Amino acid sequence: MLKINNLTKRFGGLAAVNDVSVEFAAGQINAIIGPNGAGKTTFFNLVAGAMPPSSGSIEFNGMDVTGMAPDRIARLGIARTFQTTKLFEQSTVLDNLIVGHRLRTQSRLWDVIINSKRLRDEEQKCRSRAAEVLDFVGLSHIGHRYIADTTQEERKRVAFALAMATDPELVLLDEPAGGINPEETENLAALIRKMVDHGITVCLIEHKMDMIMSLADKIMVLDHGEKIAEGTPEQIKNDPVVIEAYLGSEEDVEA
Amino acid sequence: MDRIANFFASPAMKVLLLAFALIFPLIAGSEYQIYVMALAFIWAIAVYGLNIITGFCGQLNLAHGGFFAIGAYVVAILTVDHGWAFWPAFVAAGVFGAVFGFLVGVVSLRLKEHYFAIFTLCVGFIIYLLLDKWEALTHGSLGIINIAPPEGFGLIDFTRTIPFYYLVLFFLVLAIVLVSRISRSLIGRTFLAIRISDDLAQSLGINLMRNKVLAFVLSTVYAGLAGGLYAGVVRFIGPAEADVVHTFDIITYLLVGGIGTLMGPLVGTMAITWLTQAVQSFEEYRMIVFGPLLVVLVIFMPKGVVGTFLTWRGRRLASKTPAKEGQSRVGDTATSSKEASDNA
Repeated sequence: MLKINNLTKRFGGLAAVNDVSVEFAAGQINAIIGPNGAGKTTFFNLVAGAMPPSSGSIEFNGMDVTGMAPDRIARLGIARTFQTTKLFEQSTVLDNLIVGHRLRTQSRLWDVIINSKRLRDEEQKCRSRAAEVLDFVGLSHIGHRYIADTTQEERKRVAFALAMATDPELVLLDEPAGGINPEETENLAALIRKMVDHGITVCLIEHKMDMIMSLADKIMVLDHGEKIAEGTPEQIKNDPVVIEAYLGSEEDVEA
Repeated sequence: MDRIANFFASPAMKVLLLAFALIFPLIAGSEYQIYVMALAFIWAIAVYGLNIITGFCGQLNLAHGGFFAIGAYVVAILTVDHGWAFWPAFVAAGVFGAVFGFLVGVVSLRLKEHYFAIFTLCVGFIIYLLLDKWEALTHGSLGIINIAPPEGFGLIDFTRTIPFYYLVLFFLVLAIVLVSRISRSLIGRTFLAIRISDDLAQSLGINLMRNKVLAFVLSTVYAGLAGGLYAGVVRFIGPAEADVVHTFDIITYLLVGGIGTLMGPLVGTMAITWLTQAVQSFEEYRMIVFGPLLVVLVIFMPKGVVGTFLTWRGRRLASKTPAKEGQSRVGDTATSSKEASDNA
């Protein structure tokens, strides 16, 4: 479903992502791991269209989306969450989610001025979609609560719900388990599996290895912007190149 | 306590406010007070405009006073130099506000945050310079006198204070109704998403440029029309209308009332206007009262009067409605975690 060919992004002399080619299959959980500064988030930014690549191409469902604006990519069905969960603190959880379905609506300023039927229908549609995704992430009971009064884990779930509200086929999750405790991490992993069970393809960046190893169908390892390994969790665990990138080689220890 | 709070937030309060505005000319002590109120209404319309781009959409526009002045000058130039009647000139003020807003917006909104604010500050100053120096068009620093008042078609005389007061009130109510529709609609939610974060909004499929330009044009149309009304009541204007001081006045009204709220612009404009009147006798020294008051307000009520009230009330309601859940947050998380695993 997502096919990356020789993707490269240079910032000045630094290649943050260097000649990465990879393919992610539909209906799977794909993980991207690597040391800090390996280019993982840049890779996501390129896929989501937040920045254009220096070279290479990105194909989504057979369509070339390289260099496309992020809002168009979102409409094509790629949603994402961010490392830091940005939400509107002074609104309720449910209110935060309504805008998530905006991209599937048509209403313009004129509809607002005359309060047209189309607008009212579409607002209803967005509202019910918000309620659906809230239920999906298991937060229906706090829909009325203000974001400022929610826990870190609840915020992560709201961010998932917001991404789900866009009706995506592929969801990019940037460190979904960052800053939450082990038990909550378990629950979030369960939620990610539930997304896949509902036909969504997931691609995630994560540092928590326990979570990745039990969750991912496929892992890609980046180091200094380059893909150094790709495979099942079992293959990655025993790959000497990966171990070297994470722990340093034996020669380093001797020296 | 709650009952009072609920009343303030209820539609009944709005009806009461409107009723007060309607009978104000009858209870006002002098015609001067009615005049002050009418002017405050005009500024409030401009503040509502700024609230769309800055409050809802999060882009600090420092050229707002400039667009107000453009509206005033469009009415002045068209009625005095070209013999137009007020009403067509008034419509033209809105159109010019939209056109200039679009042109400035398309360029300036490519910049983000402080850069956008600085750019628009410069735009505001350029507008001032143009009005001051382009004598052939604007009469330069002499200003323009004898601007046509709104025609009453033989029925009403808008040169008199009370009829004009009601006219301005009508436009203010219209302005508020439209803003309230926008803010509750999908478009308002789109603006809010942009205010939270450009990146987040884009990841939700929102076209940043199109929506920011829309918010900007809406705000400049408000400013232009407010400026047009101002020209119609004051009937003498000069380049000083474009002074950056007016922009900062408008921002102050917005901050005091509550940025991004529906009633904030009205509350802020009224509060500052009448406070200014109350300390008028202090002359220059009134800033000694004003300055500290603003500092205190910004420190303790950064969301303004209305914003602070709404947050306070919202929290109270949220902690009350489902009685069980309000009790412990720890319990809540435990349940939600359990639910999640059950669901999975």
